[in-house]
Amino acid sequence: MTNSIEDMKEAKAFLVIGSNTTEQHPIIGLNIRKAVREGAKLIVADPRCIDLAARADIYMSIKPGTNIALLNGLAHIILKEGLEDKEFIAARTEGFDEWRAVVEQYTPERVSEITGVPVDRLYEAARLYASTKPATLVYAMGITQHTSGHQGVQACANLQLLTGNMGIRGGGLNPLRGQNNVQGACDMGCLPDFFPGYQRVTDEKAREKFAQAWGARFGDKPGLTIVEMLNAAEQGRLKALYVTGENPVMSDPDSRHAIHCLESLDFLVVQDIFLSETARLADVVLPAASFAEKAGTFTNTERRVQLIRPAIDPPGEARPDWEIVADLARRTLKALGQTPEGPYAGWDYASPAQIMDEVAALTPIYGGIRHSRLENGGIQWPCPSPDHLGTPILHVGKFSRGLGKFNPVEYIPSAETPNEAYPLILTTGRRLEHYHTGTMTRRVDGLNKLAPEERVEINTDDAARLGIADGDWVIVESRRGRVKVRAAVGRRCRPGVVFMTFHFAEALGNVLTHAALDPVSRIPEFKVAAVRVQKA
Amino acid sequence: MTITLTVDGKKVTVEDGATILDAAKKAGVYIPTLCADEDLLPFGACRLCLVEVQGDRRPMLPACTTPATDGMVVRTSSPIIDKTRRNVVELLLSDHPEDCLTCPQNNRCELQRVAAYVGVRTNRFRGEKHAYPIDDSNPFYRRDLDRCVLCGKCVRTCDEVQQLGAINFAYRGFRTKIATVLDRPVATSTCESCGQCVDKCPVGALYPEAWLRYGLPTRETKTICSYCGVGCGLILQTRGNTVVGVRGDPDNPVNRGRTCVKGRFGYEFINHPDRLKKPLIKRDGAFVEATWDEALDLVAQRLAAVVRESGPDAVALLTSARCTSEENYLLQKFARGVLGTHNVDHCARL
Repeated sequence: MTNSIEDMKEAKAFLVIGSNTTEQHPIIGLNIRKAVREGAKLIVADPRCIDLAARADIYMSIKPGTNIALLNGLAHIILKEGLEDKEFIAARTEGFDEWRAVVEQYTPERVSEITGVPVDRLYEAARLYASTKPATLVYAMGITQHTSGHQGVQACANLQLLTGNMGIRGGGLNPLRGQNNVQGACDMGCLPDFFPGYQRVTDEKAREKFAQAWGARFGDKPGLTIVEMLNAAEQGRLKALYVTGENPVMSDPDSRHAIHCLESLDFLVVQDIFLSETARLADVVLPAASFAEKAGTFTNTERRVQLIRPAIDPPGEARPDWEIVADLARRTLKALGQTPEGPYAGWDYASPAQIMDEVAALTPIYGGIRHSRLENGGIQWPCPSPDHLGTPILHVGKFSRGLGKFNPVEYIPSAETPNEAYPLILTTGRRLEHYHTGTMTRRVDGLNKLAPEERVEINTDDAARLGIADGDWVIVESRRGRVKVRAAVGRRCRPGVVFMTFHFAEALGNVLTHAALDPVSRIPEFKVAAVRVQKA
Repeated sequence: MTITLTVDGKKVTVEDGATILDAAKKAGVYIPTLCADEDLLPFGACRLCLVEVQGDRRPMLPACTTPATDGMVVRTSSPIIDKTRRNVVELLLSDHPEDCLTCPQNNRCELQRVAAYVGVRTNRFRGEKHAYPIDDSNPFYRRDLDRCVLCGKCVRTCDEVQQLGAINFAYRGFRTKIATVLDRPVATSTCESCGQCVDKCPVGALYPEAWLRYGLPTRETKTICSYCGVGCGLILQTRGNTVVGVRGDPDNPVNRGRTCVKGRFGYEFINHPDRLKKPLIKRDGAFVEATWDEALDLVAQRLAAVVRESGPDAVALLTSARCTSEENYLLQKFARGVLGTHNVDHCARL
């Protein structure tokens, strides 16, 4: 998020697109509900009539995969009616004219045709959004999990530049991160193209810095992303995979393919707190401590680095992941016959606090982070020095790149669109009561009682045409697999769209999803797969 | 603007808009309450916080709803105040079970505290008592309306905090109760099981199901939730090595004490019998338990062998968005610094 959870209270308008906030980020969802009740305007774009849609001033039910057309279309109307923030555009941005030329092609009529949103509603939404300030744009995986995901993000950014909503309280571009420490894992360089703190592996200076610090040698090209790793395993290029606290069998698109790839490996190590679906395939399983049993930090969606603290001991011989990795690193260096030299080449850590000191020394955005400073509420990065108080809002007065850039982006249809054989669009997501692949929440009795099984949500009209009643067993089938599941018939999904999750191994949405990737972000297109549904 | 007033002879300065109750709290003076809560709007339901204000023609005023004014002189205790409060508590107790020692709220109960403070010694009021069935339709909490004192905290929490309004006051007079739409079991309502009403209930009318299995926690530890990316502050409540409860951390700037169903109730996995307790090595298609030395040496040798034979890029690491940043740092340092590959990723895209 460019802004803070706290300052969303000051937003006078919200555009929530591709985020089922009240179910996936419930506490932020509460803030939005409260703001709306106190008079803030709410515009929601989603293929499902989610809780926030029902509370919205304007709800745009859109066809999955058409975000860019919608966002360009809203910008088109704002420009046509002269509602843009001319002062902001002149002072703080570049690339406006090139971008404008593209957006001019997105007439309301054309956008309505692509997105399924009536022309009148496009006008209402554009006028309301552009005339209410500050306005915050909230998005999640509904924007990113497309083959055009990175352009979707740019389209969101363009709208915030156009309306002058960047670098101010109550505004901003606010992606909601899905997992407790997904932000931290990215910050720490657990990405194939970045060292810690988003220092590029293609940058020679960065490579030198880390090679020297760790006494190490590595290549100058980015590594493989998760989906590419699996493909490389299938092709025999990848021989060994070490998985910590992940369950790709269930979380990756096209699950049957993922299993096949993992089985192609010579050696698979899984470190987890449970014997997950992925761990079952492993050669070695290492028992790890849960969050309740160790110290360290999580960084949340607003870049706030916060301390976790051990409440109990790990069960049996389970150990915190940091201890396991450090131990394994020492043994691997020995097996490789290496004794690297460098100020941070060592692997003897007394505590996570000491590891954070090393992170701070090598990571400018975490430069001032120390465990001792995090006792009361944490710090939001960038925090470059020990006396810096952190950064609640990014891009105030100046963008990190200088001027804010309008990136012209075009609507690109999804990789797989419905046809006669597979006439419906499957879009996937999560439910309030469960989390990701269910390894944790499906081991909580009460959550299983509240949400005991997967249901495929289907629109009443589609169900009637297919002779499906609420609660019926149905078969959902894509080009990659089939799943037997009960139907939840209603008006939550728009006609032509069905919805499933990836919480339930026995009825797994990801058996059906498509592994097509965004060429830049390498994110799979979880939000659009063509399927057919029939009574079981 | 600030206001200065006197509470029980103590001078105290508060912000404009503060109530007498806020001022008393600041002055360190206890005023008994059942319905007041810092997170909720003043309500004035329980009539326990009655105080005397010098010069006011009304004999007593509720401290929770009366704004403090400059120069106000407040008395929180007098023969008439004490007697009135005792009457209020006695009336509440006249329709309340007398089984404190076996009540799940025992020793956490505000009614116990208030009764002890006002010094109820007898109960002069005898009459009809409610006998509602316990609503156990929600797996995480019970509703025992026989213990309800109609403070309305649950109703207001659901409305003001959770923005839902799944419950409200229903019926009139002695029959007044907190109910869902059509007075049906709570699981059939719009309740999102966030547990915030349960945590605000001052008596045993709403309590976590876990309290049937556990007594008071012996320790509390501040930490951060392990589910979504909002990063709410949680307080884990433990007994020995078992997590027996969770409450929202009121001091955390992200959630300010608020919780959702997963954060509040989704902790059972931590002590689940399925937890992995020993390293496992697969031999002939089946897992056998191993020592850490055996397992880690095997992993180290196999990874080193792949690096030597097929090069560093034949190895990859998937790190975890569930692990700490320190752990993720070490994992990528292991990939790049020890194995020599940039093949490191996690489920950020999934």
